[in-house]
Amino acid sequence: MADNLLFFTELVSMPVLDIKGRRIGRVKDAALVPVADAARIDRILVGGGDTWLTVRADQIRSITLGRGIQLCDEQLLPYHDDEYMLRIGRDLLDQQIIDVTGRKVVRVNDVTMHVHHDGQRDILTVFEVDIGLRSIFRRLVQGLLPPAWIRRLQQPIPPNFIRWEFANVLEPDPLRRLRLNISYSKLEDMHPADLADIVEELSPAEREAIFETIDSEVAADALSEIDPKMQASILESLEPEKAADIVEEMAPDEAADALSELQDETSEEILDEMDSAPKSEVRELLEFEEDTAGGMMNTEYVSLHQNALVADALAGLRGNEDLLESLNTLFLIDAEERLTAAIPLARLFLAQPDAKLQSLASDTLIQVNVDESQDRLTELFDKYNLLTLPVVDEDGKLAGVITADDVISVLRQK
Amino acid sequence: MRQLLGRFRYHILVFLAVIGPGFITANVDNDSGGIFTYSAAGAKYGYLPLWTLLPITLVLIIVQEMCSRMGAVTGKGLSDLIREEFGLRMTFFIMTLLVLANMTNVMAEFAGVASSLELFHVSRYISVPLAAIGVWILVVKGNYKSVEKVFLVGCLIYVTYIISGFLVKPDWKEAAIYSVTPKLMLDSGYIYMLIGMVGTTIAPWMQFYLQSAVVEKGITVKDYAASRLEVVVGCIMTDVVAFFIIVACAGAIYSVHPRDIQDAAEAAQGLKPFGKYAFLLFSAGLLNASVFAASILPLSTAYSVCEGLGFEAGVNKRMREAPVFYLLYTLLIVVGAGVILVPGFPLVRMILLSQVLNGVLLPFILIFMIKLINKHDLMGEWTNSPWFNAISWTTVVVMIGLTLALVGISIRGG
Repeated sequence: MADNLLFFTELVSMPVLDIKGRRIGRVKDAALVPVADAARIDRILVGGGDTWLTVRADQIRSITLGRGIQLCDEQLLPYHDDEYMLRIGRDLLDQQIIDVTGRKVVRVNDVTMHVHHDGQRDILTVFEVDIGLRSIFRRLVQGLLPPAWIRRLQQPIPPNFIRWEFANVLEPDPLRRLRLNISYSKLEDMHPADLADIVEELSPAEREAIFETIDSEVAADALSEIDPKMQASILESLEPEKAADIVEEMAPDEAADALSELQDETSEEILDEMDSAPKSEVRELLEFEEDTAGGMMNTEYVSLHQNALVADALAGLRGNEDLLESLNTLFLIDAEERLTAAIPLARLFLAQPDAKLQSLASDTLIQVNVDESQDRLTELFDKYNLLTLPVVDEDGKLAGVITADDVISVLRQK
Repeated sequence: MRQLLGRFRYHILVFLAVIGPGFITANVDNDSGGIFTYSAAGAKYGYLPLWTLLPITLVLIIVQEMCSRMGAVTGKGLSDLIREEFGLRMTFFIMTLLVLANMTNVMAEFAGVASSLELFHVSRYISVPLAAIGVWILVVKGNYKSVEKVFLVGCLIYVTYIISGFLVKPDWKEAAIYSVTPKLMLDSGYIYMLIGMVGTTIAPWMQFYLQSAVVEKGITVKDYAASRLEVVVGCIMTDVVAFFIIVACAGAIYSVHPRDIQDAAEAAQGLKPFGKYAFLLFSAGLLNASVFAASILPLSTAYSVCEGLGFEAGVNKRMREAPVFYLLYTLLIVVGAGVILVPGFPLVRMILLSQVLNGVLLPFILIFMIKLINKHDLMGEWTNSPWFNAISWTTVVVMIGLTLALVGISIRGG
């Protein structure tokens, strides 16, 4: 049904004819009004004489490639900029958008529209956003050759496009975003790592816009995946309250890393806005030097008294569901909170509920002090094939844990 | 006091963190072509041309500063901005010229590799393929951080020129006097040389490279003060190197017998009477400059083109993700290095052609830059102030005039 398709490059400069078939002018641009309809072209802007005129969708009778746009009502109003209008030529063409399914940032070369006759008139809807070589070719030669030739010549070039509903327009200005009905909620379903990659490619203003609007939890997950320097610049650009909401959702060690990149005053401002529980954890972590065990560790672990039973451990886990995803070791501590044993989580499955946890402990307890160096830690992980390494303070009290993913991040940065 | 120290430390850290883009871009300005221009000036006219370095530094700073400011404020590359503001056709036109101009520039760089190593009796059939493969691997297998580190080491190697300048024991008093005394002569050779020196100061690719590098490094408005300082220091350092090249050639060649030299390798030969080291260092500098520019030019070209036309780009991407980027990058190296190995290839005419192409391209780039930097939507409060605009327009007009004059002279002479 290729005949029903019309490219924006073809629409532009198409003649517009009044009821008697006299030419009024040529098409300059087309606009959506997203609050009314996300895909239907609502207005076509026509340049005739000195001013531009606005053609409403219901004033169009037919749109034909080669002949032009035939109107059924020629009472045209002069064009003036309307805040609710998303103009294809001005706001979309040549700009960057997010391809939600392809999970990347792309640049718009052309827009494919669908022409559909509803019995009375032709209706134009945005169908695809064109990227890639075919649309570049089309844009370069449009106007130099007849459209029909161009359509034939472009055939051998493979098309590359994004369906309109999976294209997310970028708009840093919050007010305009509201008026154009642009939301970033589609981005929230993406994997945080993909979202992070996308964000890294955008300009600071667009980055800020995304983090300002998306859910704090998603924002926190994505932020954790971003390069520390950029993390800092994003947090700085946000309002302290919003930054605090995001930082609260981050793992405390990652939150501390991100805050340590900021200037002291800024990180204080953010900390002040945070809830007291996560705040004190992050504050403690901030005390440690970045490249020591203390700076790398997080406080997301489960510890039990050394005399506890398997049943107690299960009860303890029930209270910490949010940790389960990455948990693989339990720790036993004595009455003074000193670390005494580590238990691989999987051993619980095979144990009797009334068995003592101590009987399931690993043979050798490997632990490090908070000021141990990064190099030594990675060595330990390699040597003992660790997933989790407990960190203790000067008194032997359990202070936190370092997990394999922290070590991988360190190694990657080298 | 402690807070003051802390703040000072923060600023130093910020400065170190932004080092890279400005230094590298300014240094690559002293590529094999640049070294030849300065050597030839020193060999023929001794210390007389030294005064031009001061205005050259100024011009370099003014233009580079605008680029890095645009990069830091918008978070977008220059070709991105040209695309967004001036459309696909203009971008395509500029990118085509850029690829052609840079292709010939790359040829000149590999010719520099060949001639500098031939001084050590290494055949170009060994040196050029090895350099090409080395350059290709460096970028394809590296990531932005490691590549930048290698480039920064490349910047340090320019010190060889400063040392060889000292080894020649030039007349420092005269050098000092002529550095600040403008000297004009109505001698066509002398005027041609002046135009050549200033005209080659700003090449179109530099603006693209600098701005992308600033963006890639994640420099934002917040770090901009440090980034500007970096650009200024980089430009000054570059012209200090240029100063020593001229002085070395003035001391070694001009003071013995003023003459025309044919290439930079001949200048190195001329240093031989002043000891093995003066010669060695000068040639090593030439080799370094050529390899350095040969790695950056193809990279920067591929980047700019992909950014502008909307293809994925970046050394952090894999080959499958960014095919156009890697294809273009590889092609520039293969062709650039390949033609040097073709016996009887008209290299001199190619270099002339590259000058012409650069000359055609530069007015577009500079005018676009000023137009872009004055767009309030884009730059907000960071647009040029009126007096800075006056200075930059003057600079741009003078640069365009000189570049076109250079093109005219080259065409007539060649």
